[in-house]
Amino acid sequence: MIDPFAVLTLAATLFAIGAVGVLVRRNSIIIFMSVELMLNAVNLTLVTFARMKGTLDGQVLAFFVIIVAAAEVVVGLAIIMSLYRRKASASVDDAKTMKW
Amino acid sequence: MEKWIFVPTAAASVLCAAFMLFARNAVHAALLLVANFFTLAVLYVLLDAHFLAAVQIIVYAGAIMVLFLFVIMLIGVDREEDLSESIPFQRPLAIALGFGFAGVMAFVFWTTLRGKPGKGLVAANASGNVQGLGRLLFTRYMFPFEVASVLLIVAAIGAMILGRRRDEEEEASEVALHGPDPVGADRREPGIVS
Repeated sequence: MIDPFAVLTLAATLFAIGAVGVLVRRNSIIIFMSVELMLNAVNLTLVTFARMKGTLDGQVLAFFVIIVAAAEVVVGLAIIMSLYRRKASASVDDAKTMKW
Repeated sequence: MEKWIFVPTAAASVLCAAFMLFARNAVHAALLLVANFFTLAVLYVLLDAHFLAAVQIIVYAGAIMVLFLFVIMLIGVDREEDLSESIPFQRPLAIALGFGFAGVMAFVFWTTLRGKPGKGLVAANASGNVQGLGRLLFTRYMFPFEVASVLLIVAAIGAMILGRRRDEEEEASEVALHGPDPVGADRREPGIVS
C-alpha cells in the first residue's frame, strides 16, 4: 500500500498550486479552473483518509463534493458569460462595479 | 508495484497543474486540467475508489471540462492577459504563501502520518466498491443525496436565468417602471452578435 503521507503531500501540493492560480491569474476562466483543481485536491485527501480509516464514508463525501462542484461550475460559468456580455472582458479586474 | 504507478502519476499530476498555472492560452490550460483529472482518476484506482475513478472521468473530464471549453470558445481566447499588478508584491507573495502552505502541510503529514497506512479498504470493499458506496448512499446519506438533487435542479435553473439574453420587451417594461436606465449604455452587450 502507498504511504498516505505521499498521497496527502501530493494533494496539498495540488491545492497550493490551485490557490496560487487563483491569486496570480487575471483570466476568470483560469481562476475557475484553479478552483476546480483545489476541489480535486481535497477529494484526493478525502479518499486517502477513507482508505486509512477503513470505511467508505470519505468516498461518499468526495462524491458529494463532485456533485456540488458540478452545480458550482454550471452557475459560475453562467456568471462569467453574463459578465462577459456586459464588460466584453473575461478579466477579473474589469468586474469592479461593486468595488467601494 | 504500486509505487511504480504512483510516482510517475503524481509527477505528471503536479506537472500538469503547474503548467496550467503558466498557460497563456485558456484552451491549453483546459487540456492540461483534463490531463490532471485523468492522473487523479489513476490515483483513485490505486486508493481503491473505483467508482470515484469512473465518476472523475465521466463527470469531470467529460461533462465539466466540455462546459469549460464551450465557454472558452464563446468568450474567445485571443485576449492578452493584463499582467500589471493592482496590489504590490501580490504575485511573489502568493507564490511564497502557496509553497509555504504546501510545505507546512507536508511537514504535518510527515510528522504524524508517515508510515501509517491505516486499515485499508479490503473489508469495506469486500462486496464491491460500488455496492458499498450505494449501500451508504441510500441508507445513511439518503437525505444529503436527495438535497443534492434539489441543488442540481436549482443550479440548472439558475444557469438558465443567468445565461438568458434580455429581450427588448422586458427592457421596455423595465424602463416604463423605473425610468430610463442610468447605466443602460453599459448594458447593451457590446460587440456580441451571436
